[in-house]
Amino acid sequence: MSGYLESQLIILCLNVIYAYGIFLPAASGQLNLGAAGFITIGAYASAWFNASGVPMYLAIPAAMVFAATIGFVIAFPILRTRGVYMVLATFAFAEVVAGLIINLEFLGAAAGYPVDSHADYLVVVPVTILVVLLCFFLMSTRLGLAMRSIHDDEAVATLFGVDVRLAKVAAFTLGAALMSLGGALYAHHYNYIETQTFNVLVSIYILLYVLLGGTQTAWGPLIGAAFFTIVPEALRQIATASGQAWIAESRFIFFGAIIVLMMVFRPEGLVTRTLIDRIAMPFGGRSGPARAAGAV
Amino acid sequence: MDLSQLPQQIVNGLMLGGVYVMVAVAFTLIIGMLNFLNFTVPALFMLASVLMWAILEGHGIALDLTATAVLLVLAMMAADRLQHAELPAPVKSGAALGLAAGALLIFWQIIASKPGDEVFAWLDAATGKGGRWVVGIFVALFTVSVLSLLIERFTYRYMKAKYGDATEHALPLVSSLGFLIVIEHTVISTWGSDALTTASPFGNASFEVGPVLFSVPQLLSLILSLAIVFGLSVMLKTTKLGRALRSIAERPDTAPLMGVEVGRIVPVVYVITGLLCAIAGILFTINYTTVDAYVGDTVATVAIAGMVLGGLGNVWGAIVGALFIGMVEVMSIYMVGATFKKIPIWGLLLLILIVRPTGLFGHTAIGKGKF
Repeated sequence: MSGYLESQLIILCLNVIYAYGIFLPAASGQLNLGAAGFITIGAYASAWFNASGVPMYLAIPAAMVFAATIGFVIAFPILRTRGVYMVLATFAFAEVVAGLIINLEFLGAAAGYPVDSHADYLVVVPVTILVVLLCFFLMSTRLGLAMRSIHDDEAVATLFGVDVRLAKVAAFTLGAALMSLGGALYAHHYNYIETQTFNVLVSIYILLYVLLGGTQTAWGPLIGAAFFTIVPEALRQIATASGQAWIAESRFIFFGAIIVLMMVFRPEGLVTRTLIDRIAMPFGGRSGPARAAGAV
Repeated sequence: MDLSQLPQQIVNGLMLGGVYVMVAVAFTLIIGMLNFLNFTVPALFMLASVLMWAILEGHGIALDLTATAVLLVLAMMAADRLQHAELPAPVKSGAALGLAAGALLIFWQIIASKPGDEVFAWLDAATGKGGRWVVGIFVALFTVSVLSLLIERFTYRYMKAKYGDATEHALPLVSSLGFLIVIEHTVISTWGSDALTTASPFGNASFEVGPVLFSVPQLLSLILSLAIVFGLSVMLKTTKLGRALRSIAERPDTAPLMGVEVGRIVPVVYVITGLLCAIAGILFTINYTTVDAYVGDTVATVAIAGMVLGGLGNVWGAIVGALFIGMVEVMSIYMVGATFKKIPIWGLLLLILIVRPTGLFGHTAIGKGKF
């Protein structure tokens, strides 16, 4: 595989993993603008375990457990907030993480932190596929159903006996673990990390991938992340190939305009349950009643 | 640590807070009235400060760009008006075609002749460099408030989502992020993402009171921003418009029943927000003389912290919160170091959100009703 394709594939894989980390809370109705915080924790934790002698294959799971623990602990106070307040609280959390790490001398502080073991695409790609499969499986379990019901109507979910808090905390914690997995893979692939890489814009873009892809089905983050990773890059290639530099310069203006128009014409995201059912029908997909139930 | 510098640092903190005040009030107005975190505020702030910079430096393309943007918005508004007007269909289509043709003609003129440079040549000949100031201030104020109206069309209008699920309040948030990306990248593709500097018209004008040095433009900006926000809160309290705004904030479903024309009042909130951002951006350029495409993000994130501290939707809370956050920032840089400033600011914000989400100054009417 050529170096260019490989580097793009890695970026795509990492974006997909991050997107699933934000998708799990979003699928249960919580907006998490703190992706950068969990990615930073995962990257630095894995790098630090690795530097203190733990092999990479153990350091990454250890970093995930560490980040999931932090996610679990802060899930309780953060889930007390909702709507705009939750967006702000998760955002503040990410900023606190960045502020803490930049002051920790043993993690390299502002100079960044070199990482020992290298993970190439033979590690990143299979892990990404596993994550995608796991999330599809998760959304088909009782927990996934509970998350969907909270997303659609929390009050009714409570009435039907769904343990709302349990489902929300589980989604938030699992999301934290996935994002830290992405962060750890980032650290081991690029072998160098600094807090400035994981800034507010990263959190914003990942949340956008998920919301534009759609939060109703597990296809959403995959399609969203793929679309918004591949299309800008393709536009850049087209600009280079055709010598029209303005395409590359203005591609993000189009990107922003697409976002605004999406919210007007398809506010529920690119992929919806109805769409999935419509595609699946000719191949013996779910029948009438199931489709009616899915068509929220 | 040298404590003799403390009074000076307190003054610096207040001056820095003065920049955050108007941005924090812009955030808090929209969030208080419409329960919507408006991410276009950083973009509008940045646009105003960059426009002011570009016009002071005599970049003709700034005028071309703003003329294009304003025309686009005005054409869209005219089309919107036309669509709802009670006219026979042929007249409507004819007018729409005429509108589109006129807009295209003007765009073509702008693209072909780039009149901005000529305008500057004429302006400098007529007024010396002094004219740029007046033009800069007016263009920034006008452009930003008109753009704010465009943003109203694509955020507030779509808050009543068809799908009443838990992430529906994300819709205007996502649209406003889209606008943030569009505006930031328009600026980046025109002037690049490096720092843009201009000469300060005031030089280093300052005066001393005892050991403390006051910079004149900064002091004037602080007084101006406080005066504007004071005027705003008097308006909210006493005028008919203010009463309508407060009724929308209190209970958006009931306000129309009481005879408040929500569809006409909401754009006013957006225009006020735009004007606040524009004034803040202009003052920022005058005071700090260095701007860049990301200046809005830096200022607005801190302003958000100030707003939360004062309580979402609370105008006076936002003022006190913004001044306090400016103080915290300066003090933590002074006492510990520049890299340390994030921890107290965001730690405080996280703590407030979790322990006392209504802010330091108690209850405001947020999130009672949804649109």
